[in-house]
Amino acid sequence: MKLLIQGGRVIDPASGRDEVCDVAVAAGRIIAIKPGLGQPGSGFEPSRTIDATGCVVAPGLVDLAVRLREPGQEHAGMLESEMAAAVAGGVTSLVCPPDTDPVLDEPGLVDMLKYRAEKLHQGRVFPLGALTRGLQGEVLTEMVELTEAGCIGFGQAEVPIVNTQVLQRALQYAGTFGYTVWLRPQDAWLGKGVAASGPLATRMGLSGIPVAAELIALHTIFELVRSTRARVHLCRLSSAAGIELVRQAKAEGLPVTCDVSVHNLHLIDVDLGYFDSRTRLSPPLRQQRDREALRAALADGTIDALVSDHTPVDDDAKALPFAEAEVGATAVELLLSLGAHWAQADGVGLSRALATLTCGPAGVLGSSLGTLSASAGRLVEGGAADVCIFKADAWWTPRGEQLSSQGKHSPFLGHELPATVTHTLVGGQLVFERAAVPTGAVC
Amino acid sequence: MKLNRNPQLNKNGELIHLLSTEGLSKDILTHILDTAANFVSVSDREVKKVPLLRGKSVFNLFFENSTRTRTTFEIAATRLSADVINLDIARSSASKGESLLDTIANLSAMAADIFVVRHSESGAPYLIAQHVAPHVHVVNAGDGRHAHPTQGLLDAYTIRHFKGNFANLTVAIVGDVLHSRVARSNIHALTTLGCAEVRVVGPRTLVPSDMAAMGVRVCHDLKEGISGADVVMTLRLQNERMSGALLPSSQEFAKSFGLTRERLQWAKPDAIVMHPGPVNRGVEIDSSVVDGPQSVVLNQVTFGIAVRMAVMSIVAGHSA
Repeated sequence: MKLLIQGGRVIDPASGRDEVCDVAVAAGRIIAIKPGLGQPGSGFEPSRTIDATGCVVAPGLVDLAVRLREPGQEHAGMLESEMAAAVAGGVTSLVCPPDTDPVLDEPGLVDMLKYRAEKLHQGRVFPLGALTRGLQGEVLTEMVELTEAGCIGFGQAEVPIVNTQVLQRALQYAGTFGYTVWLRPQDAWLGKGVAASGPLATRMGLSGIPVAAELIALHTIFELVRSTRARVHLCRLSSAAGIELVRQAKAEGLPVTCDVSVHNLHLIDVDLGYFDSRTRLSPPLRQQRDREALRAALADGTIDALVSDHTPVDDDAKALPFAEAEVGATAVELLLSLGAHWAQADGVGLSRALATLTCGPAGVLGSSLGTLSASAGRLVEGGAADVCIFKADAWWTPRGEQLSSQGKHSPFLGHELPATVTHTLVGGQLVFERAAVPTGAVC
Repeated sequence: MKLNRNPQLNKNGELIHLLSTEGLSKDILTHILDTAANFVSVSDREVKKVPLLRGKSVFNLFFENSTRTRTTFEIAATRLSADVINLDIARSSASKGESLLDTIANLSAMAADIFVVRHSESGAPYLIAQHVAPHVHVVNAGDGRHAHPTQGLLDAYTIRHFKGNFANLTVAIVGDVLHSRVARSNIHALTTLGCAEVRVVGPRTLVPSDMAAMGVRVCHDLKEGISGADVVMTLRLQNERMSGALLPSSQEFAKSFGLTRERLQWAKPDAIVMHPGPVNRGVEIDSSVVDGPQSVVLNQVTFGIAVRMAVMSIVAGHSA
């Protein structure tokens, strides 16, 4: 199919392009980005034209943390519903953590997941393999085999490796092959609480997770990175002091990258309100100064990517007292809006915000993307046509029933948010098109 | 991003549930204490009943075991002429896998008017209050480490009874403050009612420094903590905390923070001594102090019934 995206504001943060022009797509690739492609005599004859006047045309978003809940937790989310949710949020590539049931520690499981995802013809799925068998922190997985099956890195999801010798060896082994190890920096023992340590958790009588839980883990990881030189991606930083350590590590030249979730970027412990189980999240929501530091670090590039940390949870698992409620919130459909909201509130500019959702996370994935690595998170002529078209000024108020995700729990429900996705293209195919846009003209 | 209305109050600011002493105005707290004062005399009558809750059903829902609190709620409800149904959930539905909200829905269908709830998780009564019908009231009888508001109120009542008012009073709360819902409910009630100073006293493992944000003075030395105090409140040290990484042993705790007759002399000569019970004699408090002239421990129990009568009659009088 030949497709013309006409008259949109084309923003490609990687190249710095930000201009009104046309984008021509054919055979799954972007063949031209320039004005006047829709004019007679331009030589391009599209079978379909999308009028993107008043819309932003951006690279498809790359989300580094999306739980698809398959295999094993289909009551909370299905591949079908969560992949639909992703493209409805403009996400064309997503990384899913290995904490499924069974854990993604066998090549066959990865094969199956990739196969099932590809059959849906929606976004691209890049699984993380388990770093240790069953995430138990004892025996390394067959990382070479898992990579051949399609894993783009290895991690432990929310399960820290307690034994530092195993962690050291995992980094050494992964480093041998140039694989990236994805770690959520949280000490196993200090991380046992249910809310961020501080006056609010103390007042509410909730067990706390101190900032020290993050700092101790970061110090351990950085020390091991120094000796192994393995590449590490740090998942979901939560504290001002943690960010400072990452900043120093990057300045020192350690091969580390990191991300932050939309929740920690926007919310703080006060948002727990009256034990609102929708704010039962990991990492926990910390104090205002932590949030401000995370926002500043995302703006200045210390944090490479903004992620949704999408975790669909069913109703029964949330209708429980705070500490017993399951961790997580649905978020992939809100990712763009929450990024745009941050950009507006902090005045960082839409292009910079999009960088944290496109070329930033694509850079984290780097060469693990193979042939896609040159074009993922970018709009380049000759590259794969993964495109997100949205109306930046179309505000909307998310409600559970309108979300495609099977998970209907988010602390952002009922909040007015900017930016509504109108079209999503993956490999030149129109995989999502919104029937009606809340305000303003439909593109 | 946005804060909801205090779920304990209806839109007229009237008390419909008692979930915590936090966020209640001085007027509401004082109204509860004044109402309790009227009920104290009921227990001295020959007929120990008033008909305020006649025809109403009070369900005691104890997801965590308790004898004393449940019994005082039962007596209080009975003296208000309510029908009382005791459910030992810990040994029934929950152990069969029924969810908390299913239990509540089933009991609501049995026409409950007031749920008295004890649960091991902080915040559980808030979840219940959000899911009951508008005419149903929830009274928190202790949730996790979060709140035990009727205990906080009966302690405040006891203090007012013996000291007249709260102005110029120094109250020291000694022991395992970290895990104590009683301490938290006392702190909120007493600071709102106008106590000059509330102190929390104990080792750093049991008295977190960020307690200061609740408007209290944090002390890690018993002498400093109770010097010049008008009220010394000792907390129960739970058995499971007596040895481990929080405390090496109950004896060592007693050595540094146990209230003895000698140490009580650091407080004001007319200081009263309180304890929410059950007492570990010789651990947080010596027998000579519990049974001594300054102890008001048994008065607390008596006033507890009047305070719980007051709370149930007040919430039952308002609708959501």
